[in-house]
Amino acid sequence: MRAKDVLGKSGEQAAAEYLEASGLRILDRNWRCADGEIDIVAVERHALVVCEVKSRSGMRYGSPLEAVSRAKRARLRRLAILWLNAHGVRFDQVRIDVVGLVYEGTGGFTIEHIRGVG
Amino acid sequence: MALARTYSVALIGITGHVVEVEADIANGLPAMIMVGLPDTALREARDRIRAAIVNSGEKWPPHKITVGLSPASLPKRGSWFDLSIAVGILAAAGQVPRAALDGAMFFGELGLDGRLRPVRGVLPAVAAAAERGFRRVMVAEANAAEAALVPDVQVVAASTLAAALDWLCGTPGLRGGRPAAECKGRDLLGEILPDGPDTSDQAVPASSRRGLPGTAAPVTAAAPDLAELLGQSLARRGAEVCAAGGHHLSLLGPPGAGKTMLAERIPTILPKLDRAAALEVTSIHSVAGTLPEQVPLLTDPPFLAPHHTATKAAIVGGGSGIIRPGSASLAHRGVLFLDEAPEFARDVLDALRQPLEAGEVVVARSGVTARFPARFTLILAANPCPCARAAGPAEGCSCSPAMRRRYLGRISGPLLDRVDVKIELEPVGRTELLNDRNFAESSRAVALRVLQARERAAHRLRGTPWRLNAEVPGSELRRTWPPAPGSLRVVERSLERGQISARGVVKVIRVAWTVADLAGRPRPTRDDCAMALGLWLGVRR
Repeated sequence: MRAKDVLGKSGEQAAAEYLEASGLRILDRNWRCADGEIDIVAVERHALVVCEVKSRSGMRYGSPLEAVSRAKRARLRRLAILWLNAHGVRFDQVRIDVVGLVYEGTGGFTIEHIRGVG
Repeated sequence: MALARTYSVALIGITGHVVEVEADIANGLPAMIMVGLPDTALREARDRIRAAIVNSGEKWPPHKITVGLSPASLPKRGSWFDLSIAVGILAAAGQVPRAALDGAMFFGELGLDGRLRPVRGVLPAVAAAAERGFRRVMVAEANAAEAALVPDVQVVAASTLAAALDWLCGTPGLRGGRPAAECKGRDLLGEILPDGPDTSDQAVPASSRRGLPGTAAPVTAAAPDLAELLGQSLARRGAEVCAAGGHHLSLLGPPGAGKTMLAERIPTILPKLDRAAALEVTSIHSVAGTLPEQVPLLTDPPFLAPHHTATKAAIVGGGSGIIRPGSASLAHRGVLFLDEAPEFARDVLDALRQPLEAGEVVVARSGVTARFPARFTLILAANPCPCARAAGPAEGCSCSPAMRRRYLGRISGPLLDRVDVKIELEPVGRTELLNDRNFAESSRAVALRVLQARERAAHRLRGTPWRLNAEVPGSELRRTWPPAPGSLRVVERSLERGQISARGVVKVIRVAWTVADLAGRPRPTRDDCAMALGLWLGVRR
């Protein structure tokens, strides 16, 4: 595994723990289909949360949150529908969240969770 | 999450409108959205400001930033909101204390490296800010002297965004670079300008006063002088009348007779601008970007001589995007000289009729109407025929009368009807040149007479909005200031004969007042009216 994939993997793990700690119930992780991958699928109250996790090793190239472009958000919306169809379930609300993580050394991350980005 | 407010000014013409810049930082993916009718240059501010903030060593807030410019319906153009937006964002992010923004205005374009660049139109903008109760403005260093012309406003000059932030945070020198400093306006206005027209040193002609105290004076050795125009005593007299009363002048004559020479010497007999006029003229030139950098106050009446290929937009103002003043406005309170007037496009000449009548130019665009003052003295110069050889019978001009008529016909009747003094210059012979040497007065002597005549008119017109005889409306003229009884008989006879229109009569009375003012008479006499009529009709010798 390449260094960036290691970072991504541990970032996703940290994000999942963070989300569970903040009261979300995780349904699915790394769900793949022909159109792409959803990092984390979770439930908060009555809402389905499709969550994109973005990890960075530093702020040299800007905040990880900035890397979630308009096109990426559109893809996440599409993937959310695909996930719902694939599992045959319905939710009152579907939401896209982004979790940005910046590696701070010694295994720790600063975590920022933005709800409802589009 | 956080909201901060700063203020700037949007200029429409030379009128400033206060614009509130709100910066809101909210949770969300990092982005910056700008609302409130920005144009392209302003929309690009997003990238400029971000680079400037980061390169000044500040943190760019990684959140969703919304910048609103209100009133939202007013179109905002240009790059000079950069500083106010940058400061607003940093204040919203808590990097600048909000209290430092109270009652302050910000003008300036940011470079990507955080440098603060000067912008055009600072004087009218600061004046508008002062009018609305703002007591502090922050500008680029190159704009500071101009901003300091406005009284009762603290001007802070900064060279970079970092210096500006240091000043606002009260930590001078912390972020490096030359610290921002308060610019004490050398009270240019008080120093060199009298309040009203009653100061003795005004008698010095404008040309020899170019050098201001404390600045490197340009060489004035070869300053033009009215006395050089030998053999044209009537033309010199006409120029004097026009300078004294603000009347429009047309000069007709063969090449070499001295039309251009005369027109170029008219600024030397005009008195200096007074305080209000100087600020007005400087404001217009500030918007046009034609101010000298060192001494940003124009005190001499402007002299504009556009080339005859000039377009309508160049003369009356316009242009795409930002509406710029044209030559007519730049010549406000001065002289607009159209050399070779028949060569100008007809629509350009006719576009001048409105400013001649109203004293201002109105440029209408979708959403905005810009007004520029344009109260200038028009001077037209023309050759009598297209071949320009009609100097005398020996010269062999082959133009037919029809050709000549057509040539001069390019200056439309309605335009010529607004010209009060028409002078026909004859070619000068050798004897006249030699003889006139003893009679030609220097610009200095004539300027003194012009100044005294203007003072007399201003004294008579005190309490009215007008200062020059040419500005007084006809109705007011006939009611309040009629010439001496019986003195108008010669003018009335002309009217009966159809030589002159009713409007012409009013124009003649105005010029007659100026002639009387120049001679120091309390009211125009019969001779003054006859002289004015002669000037109006264009005396043929």
